[in-house]
Amino acid sequence: MPIAAAEVAQSLSTGWFLDHAWLVPLIPAIAFALIILFGKRLPMKGSEVGIISMAASLVISIGAAYQWIQRVHSGGKDTFIEPVVHTWSWWQSAGHSFTIGQSVDGLSVIVLLVVAFISTLVQIYSVEYLRGDRRYTHFFAALTLFSAGMLAMVVAEDMLFLLLGWEIMGLCSFILIGHWWEEDTNSRAALKAFLTVRIGDVGLLVGIAILYFSANEWTTKNLGVSGFSIRGISAWALSGEPNSTVIFLAAIALFVAAIGKSGQFPLHTWLPDAMAGPTPVSSLLHSSTMVVAGVFLVARLYPVFFTGFDILGTGSNFITVIGGITIVIAAALAFVQNDIKRVLAYSTVSQLGYMMLGLGAGAWMPAVFHIFTHAFFKACLFLCAGSISHSASHHSFDMKRDMGGLRKYMPITFATWIISTLALSGVFPFSGFFSKDEIIDNVGHNGYNTFMVIGLIGAFMTAAYMTRATYLTFFGSPRGNSAVAHSEHDAGAHSPHESNWLITVPLILLAVLALGSGFLNATPFGEKWERLNEWVDPRPVESASLESVEGAAPIVPAASTEEAHGESVCGTATPENGVCFAPQLQHAPFKWSKAGLSLAIVLAGILLSWSASAALYTRKDRRLVGLTQRNPVLRVGYNVLANKYYLDALYENVIVRSIAGPIAKGAYWFNQKVLDGVLHSFVFASRGVANWVYRNIDQKVVDGAVNSTGNVTRSAGGALQPVQSGKVSQYGALLFSAAAVAALVLVIVNT
Amino acid sequence: MLVNQFLFLAAVIFCIGVYGVVARRNAVLVLMSIELILNSVNLNLIAFSLRNGSVDGQTFALYVIAIAAAEVGVGLGLVLLVYRNRRSISLDDLSEMKG
Repeated sequence: MPIAAAEVAQSLSTGWFLDHAWLVPLIPAIAFALIILFGKRLPMKGSEVGIISMAASLVISIGAAYQWIQRVHSGGKDTFIEPVVHTWSWWQSAGHSFTIGQSVDGLSVIVLLVVAFISTLVQIYSVEYLRGDRRYTHFFAALTLFSAGMLAMVVAEDMLFLLLGWEIMGLCSFILIGHWWEEDTNSRAALKAFLTVRIGDVGLLVGIAILYFSANEWTTKNLGVSGFSIRGISAWALSGEPNSTVIFLAAIALFVAAIGKSGQFPLHTWLPDAMAGPTPVSSLLHSSTMVVAGVFLVARLYPVFFTGFDILGTGSNFITVIGGITIVIAAALAFVQNDIKRVLAYSTVSQLGYMMLGLGAGAWMPAVFHIFTHAFFKACLFLCAGSISHSASHHSFDMKRDMGGLRKYMPITFATWIISTLALSGVFPFSGFFSKDEIIDNVGHNGYNTFMVIGLIGAFMTAAYMTRATYLTFFGSPRGNSAVAHSEHDAGAHSPHESNWLITVPLILLAVLALGSGFLNATPFGEKWERLNEWVDPRPVESASLESVEGAAPIVPAASTEEAHGESVCGTATPENGVCFAPQLQHAPFKWSKAGLSLAIVLAGILLSWSASAALYTRKDRRLVGLTQRNPVLRVGYNVLANKYYLDALYENVIVRSIAGPIAKGAYWFNQKVLDGVLHSFVFASRGVANWVYRNIDQKVVDGAVNSTGNVTRSAGGALQPVQSGKVSQYGALLFSAAAVAALVLVIVNT
Repeated sequence: MLVNQFLFLAAVIFCIGVYGVVARRNAVLVLMSIELILNSVNLNLIAFSLRNGSVDGQTFALYVIAIAAAEVGVGLGLVLLVYRNRRSISLDDLSEMKG
């Protein structure tokens, strides 16, 4: 006996925190205003407001996560867990009404938690890291506003609100990268980041417009929501209604936005330059939260991409190709960097490639899980880099020149760095192993074998470049600034030492999560451990919980059986007039043989890189040192990498200069030769005519008239001269009084 | 009717703007007053658009906002140049147009 879905939906529990999840972005938004207005007068220059607001957001997020889990448990195993939706009318204009609101589901909750948590830690860290900075208050204001924007994007119910949060993030990214704008490179990096991401943002606008105009009718009729509603768009995309070209174009436009924001090939070039910003900014915006916004967008509107790119239907699609390219090219670039933050930046790009690859290959849940774990260990790595520059290397990030041997001086930083590095490389049982391996595994399971191989190559490279960075930073002997002993310098200089607790406590907390967060979805230990699968996966059983405007009867969920998988995108047989909000996806069964292979690859990467690094940097092996200069093939490869595949050169020299150079020159030539030629011949002709007119008409007829007019005018002007006082305000008074008189006349005439 | 309040507010703002243009001597303040006048007109446009239930008025208001932005740009540019040349932006000093 099937149960009516409406009843099932009603039995889902909710709670205060879930219903008030909109407070999570609102609190930092208010805090931002307070910091800007009063921050400088407060005892801690506004940082306390930022930290308190982020802590409050974190508390609400934790509460919401707890209640979401209860909600999931209150539904049955195969129930679609409806998001908690609250909307308010935002503005109305000529019959169109726009809403603002929250739509909280598993994906929102998990990202809310990550963003609020890391924002809190990074703000605490920044108190010490930016102590005494000249724009300390503004820094905290921008950081808080960023969190507000990101959190707003995460809970957004409709595309317009999502766009709002998205743009706030872009703005804050610009402000924070250019925090020390007095240096030319920093403000250039900020501009580059802003403009590059901007290219993608145009895609988002276009995508929203396409979706609105094609989906609005359907969503209004069937669900009673506008074409901006994310739920409406999702249901529309899976309804079989949309034209495949339209939805393909919409998916392309939205994916361009994701490419820009999430630093995917070929728009990844802004992300490494964004490291010009202060390290807490790199840690929060450019590794763990803001850059995953693009991935989040794809995950959020997954049905659009699923239908538009025909995911699971073809051997490769736009998303997997971009993700796969990004993984490998970014990882390769990480090998030739000497700046520790740049290594991490390329690593972030590469990991974002994994998330995209997972989404493109139908591995939705593993990709979301990777957002979760990656945020912790990558934020931790960046904060470690900041800790080193703050306490050991005198604000230098150059691993080759100013670091080395730091493990003795900075034990806590070293330990947290190692844990995070192992997590990033994907060593069992650190968190990265569970998420990254699951992506690779599911990509293979869904039939994308080429991309699985790319994923494995990426895993090898990740392990290798992180080992190289670790070796250069913490092993060997101290070099440059790190080698400076206390006695050799006067006041101000100091030998390397551990940072104070404001820095180490966030590091330790993040390292604990980098180690432990993987167990939330530990597939190797059986289904009981797959907590996130249960809590976050939308379980796309069709549901009629949103009332049909036409008053259709409640739709009965079809019995879901394992055999029915894959018959329609909604999982079971397509409902007659039901809607579903997410495509049905499968999870690959875990096999130790596959995991063993990737673990072996990772270990090989670590060992190989370790021995190569030791030979190259410590023993200075003759065979290796300078090899890239001697061997022609390697030299070409090294040059390509050192020049970042010439992408920057392509963008700046070819594209920008072609517009500034040849095209401008062409326009000038056209202007000079063609337009002026026409003009000149015209001028000759008119000159002849003009001479005749001058002699016959002008001198005789016109001048006579003009002279007499002139005489009249001169006397009239003399009479009116006093009015021309030259004072603007008097003219204004005259103007307005004349207008007033005219208005009066108009009123009298009309009545 | 709700429109009345809008119109009243617009009229008040307009008068303040006119007062500013006529009474102020500082060029920047005069520019700001002109801005007030433009925006009171905007309010009128929007109020009537609300009453008539069409977006035309709002479209015009958007145009006015865009034009006003350009106008301020030009105006402030002029003020800046005047200041560079004379070290003063008092409008009373600018009476070369006296006939």
